[in-house]
Amino acid sequence: MNYAFDFGVIWDNAGVLLAGAWLTFKISLLAITFGLIIGIIGAAFRTSENRILDGIALAYVEIIRNTPYLIQLFFIFFGLPNLGLKLSAEQAAIFSLAVNFGAYSTEIVRAGVQSIAKGQIEAGLAIGFKKLAVFRYIVLPPALANVYPALIGQVILAVLFTSVVSQIAAEDLTFAGDYLNARTFRSFEIYFTIALIYLAIVWLIKLLSFLVERRFFEFAKYRR
Amino acid sequence: MDEFTVSRIFINLLIAAKWTVILSLIAFIGGGIVGAAITLMRISSNKWLRGISWAYIEFFQGTPLLLQLFLAFFGLSVAFGINLSPLQAATLALTGFTSAFLADIWRGSIEALPQGQWEAGSAIGFGYFKQLQLIILPQAVRLSVAPTVGFLVQVIKGTSLASIIGFTELSRAATQINNVTLQSLLIFSLAGVIYFLLCYPLSTWSQHLERKLSYKT
Repeated sequence: MNYAFDFGVIWDNAGVLLAGAWLTFKISLLAITFGLIIGIIGAAFRTSENRILDGIALAYVEIIRNTPYLIQLFFIFFGLPNLGLKLSAEQAAIFSLAVNFGAYSTEIVRAGVQSIAKGQIEAGLAIGFKKLAVFRYIVLPPALANVYPALIGQVILAVLFTSVVSQIAAEDLTFAGDYLNARTFRSFEIYFTIALIYLAIVWLIKLLSFLVERRFFEFAKYRR
Repeated sequence: MDEFTVSRIFINLLIAAKWTVILSLIAFIGGGIVGAAITLMRISSNKWLRGISWAYIEFFQGTPLLLQLFLAFFGLSVAFGINLSPLQAATLALTGFTSAFLADIWRGSIEALPQGQWEAGSAIGFGYFKQLQLIILPQAVRLSVAPTVGFLVQVIKGTSLASIIGFTELSRAATQINNVTLQSLLIFSLAGVIYFLLCYPLSTWSQHLERKLSYKT
């Protein structure tokens, strides 16, 4: 058979794709921000001397890391209403992705925290810092600098995961693709273009992260 | 109509989980074979082979697995007249996905070895493949075992997306039972438990291997 490729369908519907890309961006940004906060708190729990806090954080990490994101999303979107908590598709998307990213970043930040020499913490306590202040000002900045590449890798995976939220009809980039596919049947052109848009986003994140690392985490290099 | 008791739901999910395991094995074996070829291309001295394998890895690592499944299932059919069943399309996409990540892990393990290991092999008269087979691979395999086992967990979780193109495995069975019973909290919890039982032992094994096999620095 002879198939005539027609990428015109992409240009004709650029508005739909752009709207989808915007929601993908919004979901990613909010979920990663909330997820990183969860991850920092989780890492504080994981490294605390309190065994109950450590246990709670460990259970959270293991449950999330050993189940698929699709099931977590369905559990939150379809399951939680059984308990009376009803979220919109967009809220469920952000919430589930934040919980997912939080678990992975907990382990990444924990590795960073444990890479900090004990003497740094003792020095902080010795000059009269409270425990929380030691964590915030002495441990956290170099810890994040040490695990920055791993964290960016996880950010990229989280952005790629957002495509799954199309399955609860959150109108992201992939959902825009499904919508156009159902109307035009130009499946190959549409999904291939969308895949390339995701790839472009991933490259943009890699570029930005390189610039951010040079600007903010340069100090980590002199310490070694 | 049949009664959906908790135990009946669980048994039905377990039956469907068989296909999750089968699809994971297919993806892991297929991905391993293709991944080995991509690894060799990636470390080759020919810049064309390196370029092609680089683009392959960038594509499969830089685009969502869901889009790869859509391209295999809908895209190939419409544009090239290649009609794949959900299982065939899932096999194709998951093999691409798995091979790209495995190739990246394995290349990393090979490049982590000092250059002197290659040079020593060359100095005692080994050709390229002899160096690879007798000197490099035995050490690289040791380095890569833990992350490879760890990645198997990602493959198992990745197979859940095959449900979206209509392949009946654990996640799709859960969705179908949910459509009938609407006991969403229970059903997706049970599905999560089964995935956890499949993945957790592998995660723990991977961490154990990492501690045991890592070179002391």
